[in-house]
Amino acid sequence: MTPRARAVAVAVVLALAVALPFFVSNFRLFQFTQVAVYAIALLGLNMLTGYNGQISLGHGAFYALGAYTTAILIDQWSVPYPLTIVVAGILCLVAGFLFGIPALRLEGLYLALATFALALAIPQILKYFEHWTGGSQGIVLSKPNPPWGLKLSPDQWLYYFTLAILVVLFVLARNLLAGRTGRAIVAIRDNAIAAGAMGVNTALYKSLTFGVSAAYTGVAGALSALAIAFVAPDAFNVFLSITFLVGIVIGGLASISGAIFGALFIQFVPNWAQDISKAAPWAIYGIFLIGFMYIMPFGIAGAIRRVAARAARRGTAARA
Amino acid sequence: MTTMVSRLILSALVAVLAFVVPATAADTPGVTATEIKIGNTNPYSGPASAYGTIGKALGAYFKKVNDEGGINGRKINYITYDDAYTPPKTVEMVRKLVEQDQVALLFQTLGTPTNTAIHKYMNQQKVPQLFVATGATKWNDPKNFPWTMGFQPNYQTEGRIYAQYIMKNFPDAKIGILYQNDDYGKDYRKGLHDGLGEANAKKMIVMEQTYEVTDPTIDSQIVNLKNSGANVFFDVTIPKFAVQAIKKAHDIGWKPTHFLNNVSSSLGTVLKPAGLDASRGLITALYMKEITDPQWKNDKGFQDWLAWMKKYYPDGALDDQSNAYAYNVAILLTHTLKQCGNDLSRENIMRQAGSLKNVELPLLLPGIKVNTSASDFAPIEQEQLAKFDGERWATFGELYDASKK
Repeated sequence: MTPRARAVAVAVVLALAVALPFFVSNFRLFQFTQVAVYAIALLGLNMLTGYNGQISLGHGAFYALGAYTTAILIDQWSVPYPLTIVVAGILCLVAGFLFGIPALRLEGLYLALATFALALAIPQILKYFEHWTGGSQGIVLSKPNPPWGLKLSPDQWLYYFTLAILVVLFVLARNLLAGRTGRAIVAIRDNAIAAGAMGVNTALYKSLTFGVSAAYTGVAGALSALAIAFVAPDAFNVFLSITFLVGIVIGGLASISGAIFGALFIQFVPNWAQDISKAAPWAIYGIFLIGFMYIMPFGIAGAIRRVAARAARRGTAARA
Repeated sequence: MTTMVSRLILSALVAVLAFVVPATAADTPGVTATEIKIGNTNPYSGPASAYGTIGKALGAYFKKVNDEGGINGRKINYITYDDAYTPPKTVEMVRKLVEQDQVALLFQTLGTPTNTAIHKYMNQQKVPQLFVATGATKWNDPKNFPWTMGFQPNYQTEGRIYAQYIMKNFPDAKIGILYQNDDYGKDYRKGLHDGLGEANAKKMIVMEQTYEVTDPTIDSQIVNLKNSGANVFFDVTIPKFAVQAIKKAHDIGWKPTHFLNNVSSSLGTVLKPAGLDASRGLITALYMKEITDPQWKNDKGFQDWLAWMKKYYPDGALDDQSNAYAYNVAILLTHTLKQCGNDLSRENIMRQAGSLKNVELPLLLPGIKVNTSASDFAPIEQEQLAKFDGERWATFGELYDASKK
């Protein structure tokens, strides 16, 4: 895709996203808020797995950490909710960075297993600190109301709030990944030794990527706590982490727009599968998964890139 | 390239339009002259999917109701979604049911965390959240949550029943308590304390021990309780720990009168693994007929249930108590809706649910009746004690009614 076409596409999608609340019901808007939340989480995971080549099966843990940070800050100390999102992001950045240091010694599947352990442990850990987390009963929150007397429903406000954060985080991610840092991150994935020989501090970059990735996922978790207005350990089981991984692979590894496609997939396809068959929704989901991977082995973003490239080639051929 | 962009715009527009929901206007959403729409969420997948049979059985019962002409001429349109026992999914599915499918009421949504997630929402929307499938006590709070109602005896109720029995039969009891350190365990403990009264509780309870659900074993707690000299053991544990408690007490030769909470009364998952011999003499509280218990073989309620299972839910397991549970509660909802007559407004549905008088359900123990009032949203508050005789639970004594002091 030419840069101009890409800019047009982004502008159109953004315009549609901003106009959405005027077209759809509050319930659909709630679903799209969740899509936006997932998209942020997937972008975080994609930085780590897609761009940097570190597989994480445990990002649900950072999602939970972010969600609980927001819930506890609001519930126990009545902190204003926008601030809790910042705190959640910073906390997850630190947690991710610290987890990234021992993770340096683990490669590929071993790292996947270590992060998997994190995902397994988190629901139990949450129950352990019952005084803060409310144990298995969780914490009930109130949906934030729109500020400044805006004539929006809480669902509409939360949607715009989430969308705004999504846009900021996506722009930041794009700038990070398109520059020097991004090249270093990708170089480590492609060949860590060569990257090191070129002067890239692989250890630092890997840990930092882990931290930033966790921060994105943590912010997503914090936003989800606001959207659902409730957190409980059962919301953050192992399956959530696996769902994230499915999202980035289906959406397209090492692709920023892929995070949005992946988020749409993990939000809507399970529901469609359920509509098709109540008896075996996961079998239908599996068929969808296999179908997508067969038709689009590089994810939805990869497929679009390929179609666009073909169209561009045809365009030049016609002009010639 | 421009065609590419316009195609993108077009497909995006189509995608958006596909989600636009046509607005429907009606007096009571979900109620027409020929239909009542009822919503439900159940875990058909995920860690709690064993309970999913309840959601299926409910649908099977409504099929029977519809085959017989429906309720006052209205067929039941039962819509149930999978929430995988994850609260965010419950919120999403319930919002879909309420805002998009426009159900008249929500029925038997399953799970404590899942129902907690939608508790506030349902009461803000003023949509009935009827007969939820969880034993927590908070569903009986008509003052703050007038749109939510439980069904089965809650944990505090059961705790109070044990207290009544202990005070009557063991006035000099030295009670040792073991409970899970969360809402579930604390509910039971509170029920026992309330039932005993402050003075008695202080006098009788000699030791309280807790465990975390993440603990590997509770052996040391059992040893502590034995050493405390307790001769009555109030055992509030989930199946995994109930097995350990029964075994350990048996192994170290501690022989108290052992009250085991109903949560862990299953023969298959608790008593058999713990050893039928070690389990002999356990006391629990029951409110339903155990369908695997031969004493009900010729009981009319059981026979009807069996016939219904074979005709409408042939895939369902005949030894799964959940299918009996679903049958009971589906009958209760049918009864409630019949009682509403032609006024199926949400207000009247809650009013009728809150004025059930001596309703009998076929698979409740004989004598147990459903009673509610405007200030009492706990439908079943009676239970009967049962002693394990080495083979089965044998009920004994009178019915206990926790609503009476």
